Amino acid sequence: MADDRERLIEALVGPTDPELSCDECFDVLDIYVELELADRAADAELPLMRAHLLGCPACCADYDSLRALLLAGPGEVA
Amino acid sequence: MTTELPGFGLAAGLAGAPDTASEEWVARLRCLGAERDPAVAELHVLLLRAARFEIRRRRAAFPHLAGADLDDLAWQSADDALMSILRRLGDFRGDSRFTTWACKFAILEAGTKVRRHAWRDREIPVTPSFWPVAPDRAPSPHQHAEARELLAALHEEVERLTDRQREVFVAVAFNEVPIDVLAERLNTTRGAVYKSLHDARRKLRAALTTRGLASADEGR
Repeated sequence: MADDRERLIEALVGPTDPELSCDECFDVLDIYVELELADRAADAELPLMRAHLLGCPACCADYDSLRALLLAGPGEVA
Repeated sequence: MTTELPGFGLAAGLAGAPDTASEEWVARLRCLGAERDPAVAELHVLLLRAARFEIRRRRAAFPHLAGADLDDLAWQSADDALMSILRRLGDFRGDSRFTTWACKFAILEAGTKVRRHAWRDREIPVTPSFWPVAPDRAPSPHQHAEARELLAALHEEVERLTDRQREVFVAVAFNEVPIDVLAERLNTTRGAVYKSLHDARRKLRAALTTRGLASADEGR
């Protein structure tokens, strides 16, 4: 039951873990995505990045797009 | 040199190893005068493709934007990204491929422009468009009552935030206003808006912990 309540708090309030700022996130976004796509421990090498992506919708959208761009096939990038 | 455009699958040399292609990009862009022009033009092609890719991804969320408007946004995004990159070329350390580093600027510009364009004629709501309510079908009456208590407490604590924190929290959490749209309206940066949001979240969680509604070790 405490877990249910905690989930509700998380959903309503959002994450409050220590995390990077938006500028710090942008500075390492390319490195983080390449680490992930190279199957390296991105979260260990760039701690606090994941927490920021969970909390910031705008930076998370940038992350999703950069990742998708690097994975896209030729026909998807005109 | 061989232009290494994204969208052709993952090339070797991801994450860490400085690669020749990246070094060549930087060297060409650091040339003076006319020698630099071909590299700048090539980079603009790359950025335009990345911007168009980003805008296509976001298009479904903004169906009222016409094709010509969208391509104009892509060009503006590529232009602005190019200016940022040339200004910040010294920041590139070779920890990723140059093309990846460059494309993030185009994605940032394009994503921000699409969101701002989509919201340009819309008011930013300053009051919640809704307040969450406890679900009618909670598993038990006790859980329903607990959820109602939590939501009532949250409502009270939101009113205790600073004006800026409340404005940002309500806009983002309850009215789904994009952070960069909010930043433009408040004449500040995405980072500053996000800091207000994060401060509001921490304050709310701390208040709920003080009320005994959130456990202290989860207060973070």
